[in-house]
Amino acid sequence: MFLVPDFKGHDFFPHNLRLPFMRYKGLCFGLSLFFMALSLVLFFTLSFNFGVDFKGGSLIEVQAKSGAADIAAMRKSLDGLGIGEVQIQSFGTESDVLIRVEQQPGGEDAQQAALKKVVDALGDGFVQRRVEVVGPAVSSELRTTGVIAVLASIVAIVVYVWFRFEWQFALGAVVALTHDVLVTAGIFSLFQLQFDLSIVAALLTILGYSVNDTVVVSDRIRENMRKFKKMDLNELLDISINETLSRTLLTGLTAIAGILALYFFGGEVLRNFSFAMLFGILIGTYSSVFIAAPLLGYLGVKRDLGAAAAATKPAGGKAGANPTIR
Amino acid sequence: MKHEFALPNFFSKETVAAWPGFMPKRQLALGLDLRGGAHLLLAMDTAELKKDWLANQKEDVRKQLRTAKIGFSAIGASGDALQVRLVKPEETEAALKELRKLIQPIGNAILGTSGRDVSVEPGDEPGLILITPTEPGLQERVANAASASIETVNRRINALGTAESTIVRQGRDRILIQYPGLTDTRQLKELIGKTAKLTFHSVHPSVSAEEAKQTRVPIGYKVYESDERDEVRQGAGYVLAETPVVHGDDLVDAQPSFDERTNEPIISFRFNQAGARRFGAFTKDHVGEPFAIVLDEKVISAPVIREPILGGSGQISGNFTVESANNLAIQLRSGALPAKLTIVEERTVGPSLGADSIEAGKLAGLIGCLSTAILTIAYYGTFGVYAVIGLIVHGLLIVALMSLIGTTLTLPGIAGFVLTIGMAVDANVLIYERIREELRTGKTPISAIDAGFTRAFVTIADSQLTTLAAAVIMFWLGSGPIRGFAVTLTIGILTSVFSAVTVTRLLVAMWIRYSKGRGRALEVPV
Repeated sequence: MFLVPDFKGHDFFPHNLRLPFMRYKGLCFGLSLFFMALSLVLFFTLSFNFGVDFKGGSLIEVQAKSGAADIAAMRKSLDGLGIGEVQIQSFGTESDVLIRVEQQPGGEDAQQAALKKVVDALGDGFVQRRVEVVGPAVSSELRTTGVIAVLASIVAIVVYVWFRFEWQFALGAVVALTHDVLVTAGIFSLFQLQFDLSIVAALLTILGYSVNDTVVVSDRIRENMRKFKKMDLNELLDISINETLSRTLLTGLTAIAGILALYFFGGEVLRNFSFAMLFGILIGTYSSVFIAAPLLGYLGVKRDLGAAAAATKPAGGKAGANPTIR
Repeated sequence: MKHEFALPNFFSKETVAAWPGFMPKRQLALGLDLRGGAHLLLAMDTAELKKDWLANQKEDVRKQLRTAKIGFSAIGASGDALQVRLVKPEETEAALKELRKLIQPIGNAILGTSGRDVSVEPGDEPGLILITPTEPGLQERVANAASASIETVNRRINALGTAESTIVRQGRDRILIQYPGLTDTRQLKELIGKTAKLTFHSVHPSVSAEEAKQTRVPIGYKVYESDERDEVRQGAGYVLAETPVVHGDDLVDAQPSFDERTNEPIISFRFNQAGARRFGAFTKDHVGEPFAIVLDEKVISAPVIREPILGGSGQISGNFTVESANNLAIQLRSGALPAKLTIVEERTVGPSLGADSIEAGKLAGLIGCLSTAILTIAYYGTFGVYAVIGLIVHGLLIVALMSLIGTTLTLPGIAGFVLTIGMAVDANVLIYERIREELRTGKTPISAIDAGFTRAFVTIADSQLTTLAAAVIMFWLGSGPIRGFAVTLTIGILTSVFSAVTVTRLLVAMWIRYSKGRGRALEVPV
């Protein structure tokens, strides 16, 4: 325009790439099923490294007032307190230490009593940076609402997809979303990464992102079903995935750029959250391309339904908030 | 509305304060995790409330039946209900009539009454009456106790100093305290951790606690344990009259001070008129006898009355430190809590961690935005620049909207912001990819652009609405950190759609008009 000189961007995406996604759908399903099953096995064998939000107990982040924290000495003074297992680990820098105290038997007041013991035992050499104490009542509530939140999100999303598309799309979405949640949680189980409230937030965002991707591909499938009424379904799915692939990858790339910034510069507190997001975006992108859409190839979609919907949609779209550009 | 802008958020508080009056001043409030502070979730002991209620009810029932001259052999609690056994079963009807006078309506004068607090029904044997609290009755009880607790907690916290703490009820029986700037929560916990029910009792003249425990406690009396602050600690405790002479409710003031003789910390207190009269009459009649000062069902001290105390003021001595005397004085001044409060969740963030988080958040946000901008401009050229301008508007709108609805910015909120930047560009990507596709099919630039915006809009709406569904559920079910994240995400989704379909579109339209005006062939720079 006036200030920005015209210059062309580099469309570095090879648009003529016609990747035969549908040819490998059996392999992809097999892999996905395997990873989902593996995640379930991990849940029951390794379980999770739950944070205080879900397990109850206390978390105390302290910083040595001068120099590095002497973790061995801290361990020595905290182990003798009779408050069960105390985990001590360095956190970020050498003067920062994270102390985790397991949930105490004896209800809510016992957690506070344990916290007091730890703070007294640590003495004056440390600054308290963060204290989190969650009692048994709250931790069990948080567990319940966490599970409900994930399930309710999946249901709400699927109902919306069902309402806007045919049921086959909704089924594809639900399988893809379940896959994303299971496998992301599976990674947390496998590496025993701390699983707390922020990870639930990450899972919910991943659901939102993944379905976003799925809907974009589904939209294109629907559009192509109107355009190519006679085309073989598998070929049509392939074309649709390929046509939206540049968008899928570019959006994924920008999202990942933001998350990498969070992961590396967002501080220690956000690290696990950003890891979950990073992994989830990758998985969510994969599931839209390799699960949700190919599933339609197995399920089959009634083409005339698509045509019926086509009669109403473009008109509605044009009548919307779209003044013509001239 | 006029005063809600993003602008003030980019300057320091001092700068904003110095601005002339017509400029917007409200800044985005920072959450406790960024500015440092304490978050305490307390639960009321509802079982204790129920027990207290039954005890009060028992007293009322006894009085009511006595005045009506209806004989009863026992009043006892059975489970959640109160059981009254009459001497003469034929008086059941009369007793029911009398006891039903005790029933209190629930609700308020404006909305009308919605029920009764207890039900009084004949039991399954003749001469037996059951008084059961109703569910709405209990709920109202809990609600009243919660608001009373909030007031008391508020008074106790205010005594700590001037801070903008907020205390709100959460759910049925919980109270949330948010106290910005406070990191050492020990005194706060000390202050709210005690109910501070103060009562003054007469001591049984002859029976000692050991005797009472071995044989039986005299009727109307109860054994009270000795508090750790009691200097003349009696291992077995004291036998005290069950009904106190004076209540802590009758106190008008309590202050920490020092004993003139021993120079030890004590608490001086003053009764109101009614309390002073009762206390005066009691001390006059019992000179030379001990009386007990009881705090939360435990005896702090049991001094001997040397002379009648008629002025309505007195002092409590015990093993106090200056700090504990001060805390107790605050508690007594603020009044007793209806029931014990238990800390069920505590989250405290120190100011240094908060400041670190802000720095980290700023850096991550900046780098996230920059890398997105670079990618977009490299890929889409001039139109990419327009998309980035849309992103900037999107960012400003988020901040403005968050200031407007008065939500606080938390660390997860910053994460949500960075994420929405990455995701906001999606709307532009959808549009531009579509334009490129249309161009490849051989359309003219203008119709390709038009088709791009129109066709992509349906997809944008569909995909963003589904993400919105997840965000709304997060807000609805989430607590604390999740909620802060959900708020930013929700606002971010809305503003990203707005900025992509209006701001970018406007810029593109201006570009078309400008390029046409220069009379050269249109070449879409994407």
